[in-house]
Amino acid sequence: MPDWLSPDEWRAVALSLRVSLWATVLSLPLGILVAFALARRQFWGKQVLNGLVHLPLILPPVVTGYLLLLTFGRKGFVGQYLDMMGVVLAFQWTGAVLAAAVMAFPLMVRAIRLSVEAVDAKVEQAASTLGAAPPWVFATVTLPLILPGIIVGAVLAFAKAMGEFGATITFVANIPGQTQTLPSAIYAFLQVPGGDPQAFRLVLVSIFVAMAALVLSEWASKAVARRISGA
Amino acid sequence: MTVQVSLQHAFDAFALDVAFEVPAGVTALFGPSGAGKSSVIKAVAGLMRPDRGVIRAGDQVLLDTDKGINLPPHRRRIGCVFQDDRLFPHLTVCQNLSYGRWFSPDKGGVSFDQVVAMLGIAPLLARRPQTLSGGERQRVAIGRALLSNPQILAMDEPLAALDEGRKAEILPYLEHLRDQTQIPILYVSHSVSEITRLAGTVVVLGKGRVLKAGPVAEVFSDPNLSPWLGGVREAGSVITATVAAQEDDGLTCLHTSAGPLWLPRVDAAIGAALRVRIAAQDVMLAVQRPEGISALNILPATVVALRMGDGPGAMVQLRLGEDLLLARITRRSAVHLGLAVGSPVFAVLKSVAVAPGDIGAPLITP
Repeated sequence: MPDWLSPDEWRAVALSLRVSLWATVLSLPLGILVAFALARRQFWGKQVLNGLVHLPLILPPVVTGYLLLLTFGRKGFVGQYLDMMGVVLAFQWTGAVLAAAVMAFPLMVRAIRLSVEAVDAKVEQAASTLGAAPPWVFATVTLPLILPGIIVGAVLAFAKAMGEFGATITFVANIPGQTQTLPSAIYAFLQVPGGDPQAFRLVLVSIFVAMAALVLSEWASKAVARRISGA
Repeated sequence: MTVQVSLQHAFDAFALDVAFEVPAGVTALFGPSGAGKSSVIKAVAGLMRPDRGVIRAGDQVLLDTDKGINLPPHRRRIGCVFQDDRLFPHLTVCQNLSYGRWFSPDKGGVSFDQVVAMLGIAPLLARRPQTLSGGERQRVAIGRALLSNPQILAMDEPLAALDEGRKAEILPYLEHLRDQTQIPILYVSHSVSEITRLAGTVVVLGKGRVLKAGPVAEVFSDPNLSPWLGGVREAGSVITATVAAQEDDGLTCLHTSAGPLWLPRVDAAIGAALRVRIAAQDVMLAVQRPEGISALNILPATVVALRMGDGPGAMVQLRLGEDLLLARITRRSAVHLGLAVGSPVFAVLKSVAVAPGDIGAPLITP
C-alpha cells in the first residue's frame, strides 16, 4: 500500500480497479454477442436492441442508476427474485460492477461492432470450404481478425467504468470501503472543508490510470493490427 | 469419380436451370458474364442454396432439395479457389496452406511438400499474404485448396484478376495440377485460351442454361456456338498433335491425324503430345490444293457443318483426320466455292498465325 495514499483513498482506488475489471470481463462475452447480432443478423426487434444498448449513453446517468435500482433493488422486479436466491446487488460492490458494466456497454459494443463489420465474410466462407465448422471459423478466423476491436472496446469500457459516477452513486450509494469508487471518493472529499488535497491526489491517480489504459490499448491494438496486416 | 450437378434457381435478373456432369480432369464452365457460372460454383460449394437441385460427388449426396439434404460447406470437401484469393490475412503463407489440412478427415492425398514444390511457393512460406504479388497469392490460394484434401476442386475465374504476365505464370502450375492429381476440377472462366489449354470437357452456359456440353475439341469447333464463345473473333478449335521433329530453320513439325503441321518453334520434346488452338479466322479454305503459296500448312479436310452468319461471315466446321477444325470465311466465298456438307476442301493455315500461348502442355487424358 503506497503511503502517499490514506487507507480510505487506497480502498477507493482498489475498489474502482476491481469493479472496472469485473465489469469489463463479465460484459465482454455479451458485448461480442450483441455486436455480432447488430453487425451481421437481421431479426425482429433489432432496432429495439440497438436502442436499449445505446440508452445508457444518452440517458442522464442518474436515470440509469434509478432504473437499475427499480429493477435490481431488493424490491425490484428482478431484484426480489435475486434476493430470494441470496443475491443482493443494491448498495453492494457487485452492484457497482453492474452499474459500470451497463454504462460502459454501448462503448464496448460500438467498438467491437465496427471491427466485425470490417471483417470480409468471404474470408470466413473460404474457411468453411476448407472444412472448418462454424465454431472453428469463429475461433480461427473471425476472432483473430476482430481482436483489435475487442481490445479497444474492452479498454474503452474499462476506462468508462473507472470514471462511472452518476449511475453508481444512485444504485449503490457512496459507502467508504464498500461502494465508494474513485469518482465517488473525489466527490466526497470535495464535499468536506479541507478535502481538496485528498481529492487532488485521487484526481492524479485517475488521470494516470486513464492514460495508462489508453496507451496500453493503443499499443496492443497496433501490435495485433501489425500481426494481421503483416506490415 | 464423377460429379453430377443439377440446379434450378430463380434470380431477379434470370433463371438458372442447368444439369451437367463433371468427369475426372478439368471441366470448364464457360460463358459470358451473367450466365450463371459463379452461382453454379457457389451452389456446388454450399455457399448458396438453390431453389431446387441435386449435387452428387460419386456416391455422396451433397445436395438434394427434394429429400431435404443440404450438406454445409465444411462437410462437402470442395476445395475452392476464388477470383479474389481470400487468403487469411492474420496467418502466414505456411499457416494458410496448412489450414484445411487440419480439418481434413483423412490426411492422405498430396503432401505439403509436393504442393509447395508443384506451385513453386517454398520461398514464400514465412511471409504474410499482404506482402505477396497477385500471382503469388493466387498460387498460395490454389495450394491451400489442394491441401484441404478435397474431393473436387472448384475454381471461380482464378486468373481473371491477374494481368497477362501473371496468367502465363500460373497456367503451367494449373496444367501440373491437372496432370498430377486425380481430383476432378470444375473451372469457371470466360477465356477461350485458358479453357483450351486446361480443360478436357466444356459446359457452355448462356443466360442460365447449358447450351452445349462435351469434349473441348467438339464444343469449340461447333459453328453454331461461335456467337456464344466470345464472338466470332475468339472462335477457334483445338486439335491434338505430337511433336515429330525440331527443324533447323526454327520450325517445329507436328504430327496430326490429317498430316504434318509446321509451327514456329514449340519448346517440347519429340514425341510430346500437345494441344493446339487454331483461331477460325486464321484458316483459309481452297477446293483444290493450292500451288505456289507461302502458307506451309495445307491439310485435306471435309466440310462437316456450315453456318451462314447474319453478317457477311460464315463458319465452317471441318473434319481433319480425327480432329475438328473451325474456319471463318465470308458467305460470298462459301457460295462461290459451292461449299456444302460433305465437300472435300483443303484447309490452309499460316504457320506464324499460331501464337505460343495457343499451344498447351501435354494433356494426359484420364
